[in-house]
Amino acid sequence: MSENKNPLSMQLDVSDFLPATEEEKQELVVMRESVSFWKDGLKRLKRNPVAMVSFVIIILVLIFAFICPGIYPYTYEQQMRGSENLKFMQYSEKEQERIDAGEKVFPHILGTDKLGRDTMCRVMMGSRISLLVGIIASAIILLIGSTYGAVAGYFGGTVDLIMMRIVDIIYTVPEMLVIILLQVTLKYPLQRLADTVAAFAWINKIGVGLVCIFIVFSLLYWVGMARIVRSQILTLKEQEYVTAAKAMGAKHGRIIKRHLLTNCIGTLIVTTTLQIPSSIFVESFLSFIGLGVAAPMPSLGSMASDAIDGIRSYPERLFVPAFMISIIILSFNLFGDGLRDAFDPKLKK
Amino acid sequence: MTKYIVKRIAYGLLTLFLVSTITFWLMNLIPGGPFLAEKAKSEAVMKALEEKYGLDQPKTVQYKNYLVNLVHGDLGLSTKQRGRTVNDIIGEAFPTSAKIGSIAMVVAILLGLSLGSVAALNRGKWLDNLIIVVSTMGIAVPSFIVATLLMYFLSVKLSILPSFWQGNASSFVIPVIALAFYPTAYITRLTRSSILDVLGQDYMTTARAKGLSQFKRLFKHALRNAVLPVVTYLGPAIAGTLCGSLVVEKILTIPGLGEMFVSSITNRDYPLVMGTTVFFAALIIVMNVLVDIAYKIIDPRIKLN
Repeated sequence: MSENKNPLSMQLDVSDFLPATEEEKQELVVMRESVSFWKDGLKRLKRNPVAMVSFVIIILVLIFAFICPGIYPYTYEQQMRGSENLKFMQYSEKEQERIDAGEKVFPHILGTDKLGRDTMCRVMMGSRISLLVGIIASAIILLIGSTYGAVAGYFGGTVDLIMMRIVDIIYTVPEMLVIILLQVTLKYPLQRLADTVAAFAWINKIGVGLVCIFIVFSLLYWVGMARIVRSQILTLKEQEYVTAAKAMGAKHGRIIKRHLLTNCIGTLIVTTTLQIPSSIFVESFLSFIGLGVAAPMPSLGSMASDAIDGIRSYPERLFVPAFMISIIILSFNLFGDGLRDAFDPKLKK
Repeated sequence: MTKYIVKRIAYGLLTLFLVSTITFWLMNLIPGGPFLAEKAKSEAVMKALEEKYGLDQPKTVQYKNYLVNLVHGDLGLSTKQRGRTVNDIIGEAFPTSAKIGSIAMVVAILLGLSLGSVAALNRGKWLDNLIIVVSTMGIAVPSFIVATLLMYFLSVKLSILPSFWQGNASSFVIPVIALAFYPTAYITRLTRSSILDVLGQDYMTTARAKGLSQFKRLFKHALRNAVLPVVTYLGPAIAGTLCGSLVVEKILTIPGLGEMFVSSITNRDYPLVMGTTVFFAALIIVMNVLVDIAYKIIDPRIKLN
């Protein structure tokens, strides 16, 4: 009937006035389940195979570095007489005798070095040091950089101007040179401090070299983080909830902590994750030129550096730490990229 | 423009002043002065030495002398290589390092720009994927690893290249590759993403609609705009190459400034460490100023301040 109707006719169609069916009502519902920030980000992250694979690798490396040394039968400083310079899975004569006598000897999976120390165990400990340095240094950078950037961005005006000028100047200082300089010069004062003042005895335990690395990171490396956080805060502080918080009498510290920094958590996580590989890079570089961790403690960089002397006969001693450094840096880089795509699409370059 | 250049140079000088001040006071933190590590000397000898190096004066006077000397370009005397000035040592070691470093930079820029453009123009194809994978791995491998692996495979295993410095063309191959590795990978990624950005711009469609050739579109319209992020990366790249040279020269025993710097640290030749640090810092700062000015010339749209 209605198809034949003249389109200009004013006659009403009765069917248009029937009550809506349940089905039609359902179609009108445009609400979907509310997705929280974390859920949404995780969903996107899970869909990114590269990021997930690197996440799995990071977990494996963490297990390798933090749990395996505990159950491994050798320790990183244990020097086994007669077991020097063994190749992969090789036994020394003494160990072979013990095996023949029916004893069970744990194999040196990656051989031993010229002092008879098990390479596998040293790689584990070296990875642990590298990861610890990366994570602690990034945490320091996160703490200083985000506070500095947030304060500069929040107060603005002259405060911002002065604080950012300081950042500009620190930014142009060649960091690597200052690190080397600090490493050279701080060694003695720190050593003396650790020996004389009981409260600083822990410095000896982790090594003066590592303490220097952390000092340098907390002095120089936070400027990038401060810039990123500041630019985020500049836009966030114009939001209504900040005005509301101010109207209700919240203090500046509370607004920065509870409202501003929590709202740029995505940026913070991404920048910190991407900071870890570059901190590890710096640590391995310093250890390589002999300014990193102290002697018995292995680091991937110092192991690679030790391997150079015997590279003609024992090239595998170079390959193992080289492989570990590369895989750690690569997986953190890729995972950080994945996190950025998932949690902070705006930052994507 | 002039105002901008003057301002940049002023900033550079301020940074240089800061670095040299930090260097001076840090070096003075070391207890016992620079002659501590040597064999015990009689008091008279120590006194004569201190007088020669000006260490008997108060620290503030020493600092003033140091700054005055620095302004005159005098970096002082080496304490381990007797009778030689730091200027001499740097002047002798620097040319080799500068040659290797600049070749590496040119290689990195040319290779990075072309690989990045090729990847962007073949977006999504296997060539693009291959370049992405290689460049992603490239930024994960430190230069000292690249140098040692190259040395092992090319000179120890295959013995087609010398494993120690001979000063001829074939000695340059390994250090140049090792130093260019990271910046090449980084520039490739940078170029790829910025060219992809540019290709989506309206002016590229206009250029195509005008009937410009592919060559002209790529070089005159796309690359000119896409090269800007690469120029901003040049400053950090120069600093990175300099750091890389410290280890690469040590591994390959190249008699350059980097190797000398590392050995002066282990030898505790403090004036040499100080002088080289200031020299390196000045080099990086000058390069950064030049890069900033170049950036302004390449992109006249950049608003200063």
